[in-house]
Amino acid sequence: MATPTLRVRNGLLVDNSRIASTSAQDLKKRHRPAEALIQGFLFLCGLLSIVTTLGIVIVLGREAWLFFGSPEVDLREFFGTFTWQPAIGKFGIWPLVNATFMTSLAAMLVAAPLGLSAAIYLSEYASPRARSFLKPTLEVLAGVPTVVYGFFALTFMTPLLRMLFGVNTVQIYNTASAGIVMGIMILPLITSISEDALSAVPRSLREAAYALGATKLETAVQVVVPAAVSGIAAACILGISRAVGETMIVAIAAGSGPAFTFNPFQAAETMTGHIARISGGDLSYGSIDYSSIFAIGLMLFLITLVLNLISQRIVARFREKYE
Amino acid sequence: MSTLPNPSPSQPDNVPPTHESASPSQWQPALAFRHRMAALWQSIFLLATTVGILSLAVLLYNVMDGSFGLVAYEYKVDPASLTDQPLETLDQAALVALLKERLSKGAFNKLNNEKAFALRSRDEVYQLVLERVVQPKVLATWPLTESLFSRAAIEAEVQAKFPKAQLAFRSWVSSDFILRPMSSEALYAGVRTAVLGSLWLIAITILLALPVGIGAAIYLQEYAAETWLNRLIQTNINNLAGVPSIVYGMLGLAIFVRTLEPLTSGALVGVRDSNGRTILAAGLTMALLILPLIIINAQEAIKAVPNSLRQAAYGLGATRWQTIWSHVLPNALPGILTGSILAISRAIGETAPLIVIGASTFITVDPSGPFSKFTALPIQIYNWTSRPQGEFRHIAAAAILVLLVLLLSMNAGAILLRNHFSRRY
Repeated sequence: MATPTLRVRNGLLVDNSRIASTSAQDLKKRHRPAEALIQGFLFLCGLLSIVTTLGIVIVLGREAWLFFGSPEVDLREFFGTFTWQPAIGKFGIWPLVNATFMTSLAAMLVAAPLGLSAAIYLSEYASPRARSFLKPTLEVLAGVPTVVYGFFALTFMTPLLRMLFGVNTVQIYNTASAGIVMGIMILPLITSISEDALSAVPRSLREAAYALGATKLETAVQVVVPAAVSGIAAACILGISRAVGETMIVAIAAGSGPAFTFNPFQAAETMTGHIARISGGDLSYGSIDYSSIFAIGLMLFLITLVLNLISQRIVARFREKYE
Repeated sequence: MSTLPNPSPSQPDNVPPTHESASPSQWQPALAFRHRMAALWQSIFLLATTVGILSLAVLLYNVMDGSFGLVAYEYKVDPASLTDQPLETLDQAALVALLKERLSKGAFNKLNNEKAFALRSRDEVYQLVLERVVQPKVLATWPLTESLFSRAAIEAEVQAKFPKAQLAFRSWVSSDFILRPMSSEALYAGVRTAVLGSLWLIAITILLALPVGIGAAIYLQEYAAETWLNRLIQTNINNLAGVPSIVYGMLGLAIFVRTLEPLTSGALVGVRDSNGRTILAAGLTMALLILPLIIINAQEAIKAVPNSLRQAAYGLGATRWQTIWSHVLPNALPGILTGSILAISRAIGETAPLIVIGASTFITVDPSGPFSKFTALPIQIYNWTSRPQGEFRHIAAAAILVLLVLLLSMNAGAILLRNHFSRRY
């Protein structure tokens, strides 16, 4: 039995024999196949999102390619004419895009001012108690399925509009009703993101404004809102993106049948509404109808992607840092 | 601020400004106006918030209003003319005899083949008699508010328009409504097939999306180094969360319904009578749809676990996975659960992808497995809402009520789970 040889290293009393027995071999990172396997599996889970995106791009791109490659369609007709009637071979995208634009515009006219005002109220005025009640209630609104909003648009908003503006002016299916209800739907989204942005503005800015004699309104509108403008802009763009992609409300309340009209009280079919209606019927694979919805889907995907990217870029670029 | 009257520099310092000269109106003539504006806008901001809350209230009221109300209906065959006793008092044998007498032989045998009359309960047979022999027909319906406040006017209207009709108050949502399968008659339609379809769909979605989503979140939070690939994955997930749901439906249609048809139709495991438009295809699509939401929520939950816990585990010699499995995950669990349940409630309410994939709108057979055709609650709501007849609006409202209760109980469950598991540091 060897007597332990003790010596001082780095000011510590170290048992030399123990050090000798812990050879360099043992201290090396041990090879653990199970750990590596788990890490590999988790990586694959993460990679699935890339596969999904690729899948979307490939599927939409391939069918859209077939659509534009078919003799009945060409790109000039697609972007240059104003009639969409697959039955007689007319494929001008603008009636659908226009209806999407109309409903999204109506939605933003409702959601942006209301959402921003509500966000200012929640972040600057409301007492903590009122906030703890108001915020979750608004979030419930965000959890209501869109098909329920569609029902609401058709059975409540449309009759209301017809009562206000006259039965002859307002058609049963119209873009205004769908757009307004869509605005109610995206209201909580805009409120919640803007409120986060407003709350992130440091207290010192408000206090400085008060010290200069500003009223609460002046502080909120001239100091806090400008400081949070990137977050608010991002919220609005995200709201537009949500409105463009929304399907059920427009499928139920905006009407079925593409129409190129700027009258919000007339029926018109949006891009999403058209996809839903065409694919709801019995669709034969490989027909021109089938590939046409993928061409529309591709446009929809690109529009929302660009909007989302802009929104992310705004947040990253223009965020004011105060720390 | 430029309007502030400056004290003249010639004024001696030792004379303080008198109180009269320092009155607010003199210092700042616009002050009263500024305060009025502040008060005005405060009420405008409050109003905007109230509009949000109010629309939620109106929405709920609108659904309730449609779910109950008066119905005017007419019998094709007067029950009094069928037997000398009132129909309700007849026993099962008499009811079956009545069916046999009134229905054609083929129709009677078909019913018997579906389920033998001996095996049916008396209530079922009674319902059959009503549905097939008496055949009530809805003439007009009224929403709840009207039914309550102008009942007299409605009664007069029914008297004038349909002298033979009966008026009754009906709750469109009832236990029968939940338990009955689909029917082309609004009075007999139910949501059983739709609710079962939704539950199957959700089960498959959870099974697929939850492990993968949490796995991806763990990878991104605990393993991923700052490489271009990992950054790409993260950006990509954020973008996927913003892709419209109908685009996922098209992805599902092209990949799961068409390309993978042998798998999703069950042909690989020997199921013959189906195409790719099955619960499995829908579940796969829904899983992809909610995956980004689950990942983002789970990442937030994992991020919130304090680093000291990880370091303590490493300090004791735990491996990376041991640290994650027994320290990080248990602490992140409440957050992960809450986020996942919110994502799953989104999947329950999603309609657009199911329409694109091709959920059936009329189906009376309960779904029997992942390879059966199916319908789902939101699809049923969409279908009924789009019909022109008024009575279908009422069952759409009733189905919405069922859907909202389902969602509400899930969210309540999420809150309870969070409270049960939550720890504080």
